[in-house]
Amino acid sequence: MTVNWELVWSSLGPILMGAVTGTIPVALASFGLGLVLALLVALMRLSRNVVLSSIARVYISVIRGTPLLVQLFVIFYGLPSVGITISPWPSAIIAFSLNVGGYAAEVIRAAILSVPKGQWEAGHTIGMSRRQALVRIILPQAARVSVPPLSNTFISLIKDTSLASLILVTELFRQAQQVAAFSQEFMLLYLEAAVIYWVICLVLAGGQSALEKRLDRYVAH
Amino acid sequence: MSPTESALPDDGALLAVRGLRKAFGQQEVLKSIDLTVRRGEVVTLIGPSGSGKTTVLRSLNGLEIPDAGVVEFAGGLSVDFSAPVSKKQLAAVRDRSAMVFQHYNLFPHKTTLENVIEGPVQVQKKPKAQAVQEARELLARVGLADKENSYPFELSGGQQQRVGIVRALALRPQLLLFDEPTSALDPELVGDVLTVIKELADEGWTMVVVTHELAFAREVADEVIFMEGGVVVERGHPDTVLRDPREERTRQFVNRLLNPF
Repeated sequence: MTVNWELVWSSLGPILMGAVTGTIPVALASFGLGLVLALLVALMRLSRNVVLSSIARVYISVIRGTPLLVQLFVIFYGLPSVGITISPWPSAIIAFSLNVGGYAAEVIRAAILSVPKGQWEAGHTIGMSRRQALVRIILPQAARVSVPPLSNTFISLIKDTSLASLILVTELFRQAQQVAAFSQEFMLLYLEAAVIYWVICLVLAGGQSALEKRLDRYVAH
Repeated sequence: MSPTESALPDDGALLAVRGLRKAFGQQEVLKSIDLTVRRGEVVTLIGPSGSGKTTVLRSLNGLEIPDAGVVEFAGGLSVDFSAPVSKKQLAAVRDRSAMVFQHYNLFPHKTTLENVIEGPVQVQKKPKAQAVQEARELLARVGLADKENSYPFELSGGQQQRVGIVRALALRPQLLLFDEPTSALDPELVGDVLTVIKELADEGWTMVVVTHELAFAREVADEVIFMEGGVVVERGHPDTVLRDPREERTRQFVNRLLNPF
């Protein structure tokens, strides 16, 4: 099998364009929104209020118990039948945010619980309210613990955004598919897409290491 | 509570506790504890583990909510725990005192200086420059002037506990609470911390100290309270309670601490 390097080179432009204008912004927006949602859900889950914690429990269970592709299709292809039509980009971001929210909520909950109870008490003894202790004492320590698992979530998300090609979002994989269909070079284009996903994830893993190093500065080695 | 029915017995009293009760599930850990602390006085609580002494201390700082009992501070703050207590009341009680923990509980993600100024700046809203200056003075007094940029993991246990003490002092509380402040320390580091606490007592700080260090109690305490099973067995001057106790249980406990073998 000879490699059509000319095609690799000429397809690189559209595929990278798909990454830069589709994959990466969808992933960033979804991860950001998803984290905010996850923090909220984690706090609800930890709340002594039974209604709040039950809502959080059900939400997490539904998100983790159903395929992401099904969630995406319900939002984009399902909702119009009840009169709610959302265009591809927002549909993708909503679906991915909800998905990250469910998974990351459990990570954040575990990270908050990993901070010793004495840290809450030390916060209280210097006069802090629960909210102050949470924001200034507990969450910074929980953040350190949650970087590795949240990086997993982010890396998974980058690859999962390829599902958005199925709801017409012009992203990395959709671009590769189009070139492949046109040139009939399926193996080549799909491998090329795979390599580009891998490179993006390598960069992210590097970012994870740097962040871990930074947050580990106050921990004995 | 009107002044006439105040639980505070005289003008010198800073704190009065009456009928403090607390149960964890079926386990009754405090069975009606009374306590009075005068200004400038050092009260030590001794007793076997599970006697309830730490729970008394934690109740004074709002870290435990008693089931019943009145906690009253000079200046008109009286909280009756028999009824539901508001967050505001709890915060008011908490503001009067500051706790030094057995395991220091320093904030690991903050430097020494940041640990100390966190309360004054974030809670008491002191100007940062003033809080930093006061923190530096306090740190210098306990011999930690050169450690202000160290993180807790870079400090020895004795140094961490001195930071814990300074963190409490920086809040300028009316009452200092020490929960077995030297129990987690290596033996050779205990002296440094006890010396600091003794100096604070000599300066006139009011404090309640839960401790197993009988020599410290004998030298520093104005009153020693021996607790067991959630009740006060004996209380009085350290010379009496620690040298010539009236109660047989106190005698057994003191002897066991003095002669472990």
